[in-house]
Amino acid sequence: MSTYQKMAMALCLAFAADGSALADEFTEADVQRWQQQFMSVVSEGRELWTSPKLGTNGVACAQCHPNAANTHPETYPKFQKQLGKVVPLWQMINWCLKNPLEGQPLAADDPKMTALQAYVTYERRGVKLEPGKH
Amino acid sequence: MVLNSIRTYDDWTFKRWPTAEQRMLEMAGLDNPNSSPFMVGEEQRLWLEKDLDKVDKNTPVVVFSHSPLQKIYKGWNFWTEDADQIQALLKPFKKVSVIYGHVHQIQYNQIGNISFNSVMATAWPWPYPQSYAQAEQYLPKLTVPMNRADPFFERDATGWQFINVADGNADLNFTLSDNTGRIVRYNDTQKRPEDTRYQDEKTRIIPQTHY
Repeated sequence: MSTYQKMAMALCLAFAADGSALADEFTEADVQRWQQQFMSVVSEGRELWTSPKLGTNGVACAQCHPNAANTHPETYPKFQKQLGKVVPLWQMINWCLKNPLEGQPLAADDPKMTALQAYVTYERRGVKLEPGKH
Repeated sequence: MVLNSIRTYDDWTFKRWPTAEQRMLEMAGLDNPNSSPFMVGEEQRLWLEKDLDKVDKNTPVVVFSHSPLQKIYKGWNFWTEDADQIQALLKPFKKVSVIYGHVHQIQYNQIGNISFNSVMATAWPWPYPQSYAQAEQYLPKLTVPMNRADPFFERDATGWQFINVADGNADLNFTLSDNTGRIVRYNDTQKRPEDTRYQDEKTRIIPQTHY
């Protein structure tokens, strides 16, 4: 064992003794917590998806996209002929917020946008990635 | 004849929401229907049985119903819980046409002597159930789907149709906003409804693929 390795091991032991987790290890409890976090964001997304709050005219995403059907998150980024360029999913969501819902677009990192994308992608789970597909 | 295929209750229709607008908004979340599963119900089935008993089996029967009197996808109520029992009552008749709504899209099917045809909606488009990856669905194989809705055209995937039932079979001429019209007509040789242009797989176009 080299000096460097000994030092690294000593450091790791020190962290472990400190109660901190090792960098490359996580427990079942961690996975459960992360999953809960994810599902709670999915659930917020579902709430937004079925609610008229994102728009101004009473229209909700779910009216045209029940269960987020016909959104094809696995095909983005892709060329949208009507926008004339390749866009990621969140830009298409904003098109819908501005047009059918007559609402305000959301910032890419807005927690609501994250929740919408989490919900859409969760409803599409199990489908293989096909970026660019039409 | 007209069948009420959505059995709702006063609690659901009048008492659960403060206003009719709020009820409609709840209906917009139809992918999680809070009403009971669509069904014709025992009372109407008994009535139907008695009523049909008086009718000669060679008389063409045309049935109008809100929900499909067949089972396509339960999650969106493309479904009637007692469809099998209704179909059994219609089976002895030589020629039966069922015309239904609810699905906001072109669907047609043939089960034995019974033809099924859906009608369009003038309101918002509804996707075909195969575009929901988690759905266990049974869209009739006979159906050639409409084009995928283009959201950039507000009225796309909506429309209306003229239906001719003069000879007991239903011929439907669809006028689709922002899209080419479709004609679904009963084919006497094949004994089933068919699209007059797209029925053959070779004639179909890419936007008719839903995924």
